[in-house]
Amino acid sequence: MRRWGVVVTFLIVAGCLLLGAARMRPFGAPRYDLMDRYFNAFSQREAATNNVVTAIVFDYRGYDTLGEATVLFTAVIGVALVLRRLTR
Amino acid sequence: MSVVVKTIARILVPVILVFGGYVILHGHLTPGGGFQGGAVAASAVALLLVAFGAPAVKRLKAPFSVLEDLGGIAFVVLAFLGLGFTFFANSLAGMGGLFGAPVPTGPNAGILNSGGTVPLMNWAVGFKVLGGLGAVMVLFGLFGGDDDR
Repeated sequence: MRRWGVVVTFLIVAGCLLLGAARMRPFGAPRYDLMDRYFNAFSQREAATNNVVTAIVFDYRGYDTLGEATVLFTAVIGVALVLRRLTR
Repeated sequence: MSVVVKTIARILVPVILVFGGYVILHGHLTPGGGFQGGAVAASAVALLLVAFGAPAVKRLKAPFSVLEDLGGIAFVVLAFLGLGFTFFANSLAGMGGLFGAPVPTGPNAGILNSGGTVPLMNWAVGFKVLGGLGAVMVLFGLFGGDDDR
């Protein structure tokens, strides 16, 4: 019974992966490249930054970086809460 | 650890810190940035922990939590600077002054004094990551199990 479950799961996952692989586009050719071309064309002018990745991380998607900083802060708080002396 | 490890750590820790600062400082020109440079600088703390042990690192009284708080506050304040346009707008870019040099478009080597708020945010996030990871590692070293040296 359990072996059949493993086999069925394997077949489903492998089938999905093969379906995805059969419909794959050529390497490095996204379906929509409008945003890529926009960032390449305007990041130097708008963000004054040569590194396009940094321009996206700190300028266009600053909220995302703020969330990452919050995740780091929460992780530090959690570690400090777990690893502390309970009796003084 | 042995004398060899301690001596090599004394030599390597300033080099690692300077390299982390370089990665943060050139975050808007070359691959890397605040997160990466902060993690590189925090690896110096890890080396200190391995070589000298957690109590010795705690005796240094490095202000990890203060660095973390100041980095986060500086990041949000820099984001609020652009509030006249939108939150996180790059209000210092191309305005002259600190990090305000205009950037030529097209492929070029890059100007260090450019980027507006992006390099300042890189520094804020770099100090935040250094403080956070350093505090976590020191806490693990102090309280995370027995010392097996």
